[in-house]
Amino acid sequence: MSKKILIADDEQNIVISIEFLLRREGFAVLVASDGEEALAKVRAERPDLVLLDVMMPKMNGFDVCQALRADPDLSSTRILMLTAKGRDTEVSKGLGLGADGYMTKPFSTKELLAEVRKLLGM
Amino acid sequence: MVAAIALESVVKLVAFVAVGVFVTYGLYDGFGDIFEHLNTHPELQRLAIAIPSGKGYTGWFSLVVLSAMAVLFLPRQFQVAVVENVNEAHLKRAAWLFPLYLLLINIFVLPIALGGLLHFAGQGVDADTFVLTLPMSQRHESLTLLVFVGGLSAATGMVIVETIALSTMVCNDLVMPLLLRHQRVALEEAKDLSGLLLSIRRDAIVGILLLGYLYFRLAGEAYALVAIGLISFSAVAQFAPAMIGGMYWRGGTRGGAVAGLLAGFLVWTYTLLLPSFAKSGWLPDGFLTQGLLGIELLQPQQLFGLSGFDEISHCLFWSFFANIGAYVGVSLLRPPTAAEATQATVFVDALKDTGPVGAALWRGRAKVSDLQDLVGRFLGPARGQSLFAAYARRRGFTSGVMLEADAQLVQFAESLLAGAIGSASARVMVASVAKEEPLSIDEVMHILDEASQLRTYSRELERKSRELTAATLELQEANERLQELDRVKDDIMSSVTHELRTPLTSIRAFSELLRDDPRMHLPDRVRFLGLIVSEAERLTRLINQTLDLAKIESGRADWNGCELDLKEIIEQSIAATSQLFREKEAHVELDLPDNLPLILADRDRLIQVMLNLLSNAVKFLPPDNARVSVVLQRQADGLEVSVVDNGPGIRPEDQQLIFEKFRQVGDSMTAKPTGTGLGLPISRRIVEHFGGRLWVESVPGEGATFRFTLPFAPVGEQALAQAVQA
Repeated sequence: MSKKILIADDEQNIVISIEFLLRREGFAVLVASDGEEALAKVRAERPDLVLLDVMMPKMNGFDVCQALRADPDLSSTRILMLTAKGRDTEVSKGLGLGADGYMTKPFSTKELLAEVRKLLGM
Repeated sequence: MVAAIALESVVKLVAFVAVGVFVTYGLYDGFGDIFEHLNTHPELQRLAIAIPSGKGYTGWFSLVVLSAMAVLFLPRQFQVAVVENVNEAHLKRAAWLFPLYLLLINIFVLPIALGGLLHFAGQGVDADTFVLTLPMSQRHESLTLLVFVGGLSAATGMVIVETIALSTMVCNDLVMPLLLRHQRVALEEAKDLSGLLLSIRRDAIVGILLLGYLYFRLAGEAYALVAIGLISFSAVAQFAPAMIGGMYWRGGTRGGAVAGLLAGFLVWTYTLLLPSFAKSGWLPDGFLTQGLLGIELLQPQQLFGLSGFDEISHCLFWSFFANIGAYVGVSLLRPPTAAEATQATVFVDALKDTGPVGAALWRGRAKVSDLQDLVGRFLGPARGQSLFAAYARRRGFTSGVMLEADAQLVQFAESLLAGAIGSASARVMVASVAKEEPLSIDEVMHILDEASQLRTYSRELERKSRELTAATLELQEANERLQELDRVKDDIMSSVTHELRTPLTSIRAFSELLRDDPRMHLPDRVRFLGLIVSEAERLTRLINQTLDLAKIESGRADWNGCELDLKEIIEQSIAATSQLFREKEAHVELDLPDNLPLILADRDRLIQVMLNLLSNAVKFLPPDNARVSVVLQRQADGLEVSVVDNGPGIRPEDQQLIFEKFRQVGDSMTAKPTGTGLGLPISRRIVEHFGGRLWVESVPGEGATFRFTLPFAPVGEQALAQAVQA
């Protein structure tokens, strides 16, 4: 059974590229274009992994991460933060809020796949 | 001596009160009885009128003034109140005790005088002797003896104190200064001078007594005791202006005081002393009635035609007139010297400043032993030693520890000497042992200069410190502004970085997908390559606009301002964006009147603004029934352009936000808008650069209206431009 991954990003082109990449690798892919939508889809679809952009409308990635980690039912959901702001403070803030990994945009597709597989224990 | 005077005064008081009681209650039945007798003796009645007719109110007033001054300035009063005074607090007691004494001793003056006149009516008994003759006539020997003793003690007391006071003054202020000035060397060689001082004073006492007797012989027969007293009171009163002025007026000078005294005494001599001699027959009395050298205006007792006064009032008026006039006049001729100013400060501010002002101004060096020897020479070695020992104990030094005298000790020695030889001589003597560098006026000025310089410096310093505080504040504010700017810059950098990274992310991801999968389907391949190109374009636009905004904000942008026809600009911009409108199938309405005034702006920049507003409008147009209208209107002082769309509109809370950098406002229904988030901020800055405004009006759901205004070009240039066009 293929792993289910949610891509949460408001940049359409980024979503398109990652979606294509992950589908090609055999993952089931869901998409959300803002924080609230991402949170709702995680609760409804229970993906194994969330690729979470930080700068999103309505609810930013940090808040979504915090909300997910506050829900014991979702403790098994892996979270990989994606951000265009590569500062150390942002990284540690994300990890401090309970994210499992962190990638800075722009990223290499190979590294992204490696990180995704690592987090999914593959 | 003071104790003896006190005893004498008490004896006098007791004797006088005793005879007063005897006359009032022994000869008569109390005060009322004596005054009753007045009515039966008409020739005495005129005496009972408070103001005797001969003298009038002026005479009475003069007597009161004279007596008041006598209390203060008679040598014996001065001797007791100042010279013999060991404790300032005693003055307070004297201030009520002495008037009380005067009151007591005067209670029985009228009864005794009236009693005497009644008793010895027509017998020609001298009124001065009533106190003796009244008890004698009643054969009260013991009372007579008491009165005699009282009178004798009063006389001797007065004479003793007066002569001692005068002899001290003569010794200290006349003889010693003269001796010191003319025989200083001899004085310095003599070891013990206390003997010399004593003999000077003794000689002075003898001389003064002889002079007193001489005056009594010459003038006494013609005058009563009271009259002699009043003449000397008038003389003593001449000290009043200089002394009172010295205590309350800083402007008084030495020259003024001397001139006042000289003038006052001269007038007194001419108007009172010489006439008294003349009346005694010692001088020819012709000048009394005809005036000096026969000039009537110079009659001594009607000087310059001033008549109607008694001789005392007359003398007092003219002598005070001359005295005060000369004192004030001469004092005002020149400013006080440093020494006089110092003295004035010591006396005028005596109650304000308890510090030793004189001591503070003394500079120099002296050995304690030298000073003690000096004092010993005038006061006796043993007394000098004990005084210095007592002083050392008071200051808390063990005797002999202090070798160098300080200013206070020097002043102490000077004050000791001043008591013996007068202040002027004491200063000279102390100066002979103390290597004083006397304060010349130049040095005092120098000290004052330094003080005022210090004040200037400190004012300068205060000013500097205030400036520094202000500068610090400014610096703090500047720093805060810089930090704020830095934070803004950081935010912008962070935003720019973010904005740059985002398209880069897509470009890299698509590029890698294409590279890693050579057999990718052609449609995907074409689609991805298209996205890469558009993201690259977005990146370019972003970089350009960021640089553009930075240039505008830093003031380094090139502006080519010229008169423009706004209608033409708008039409050109519409033409450039017509493709976009066609794609959205939007209907464009134009309302652009002709012949509007020109505005002043940069053509390319203004087209940039219009393109931005038009492309924004297109971006948010609804898929169906899309409408955009552009309206140009004339306002009071410029033109207004409105770009109206029928898109979703902008929420009120976002209407300011959209003009901030990188703040794009999306809608849940629409995807994130394309664009850089810099278009509106740049447009607003361009419009504002040419004196206009750019803003948005919108009701959510009913579309948005972006408006901007631009002021008319200045009239002269416009006319010129129109003329050129014509």
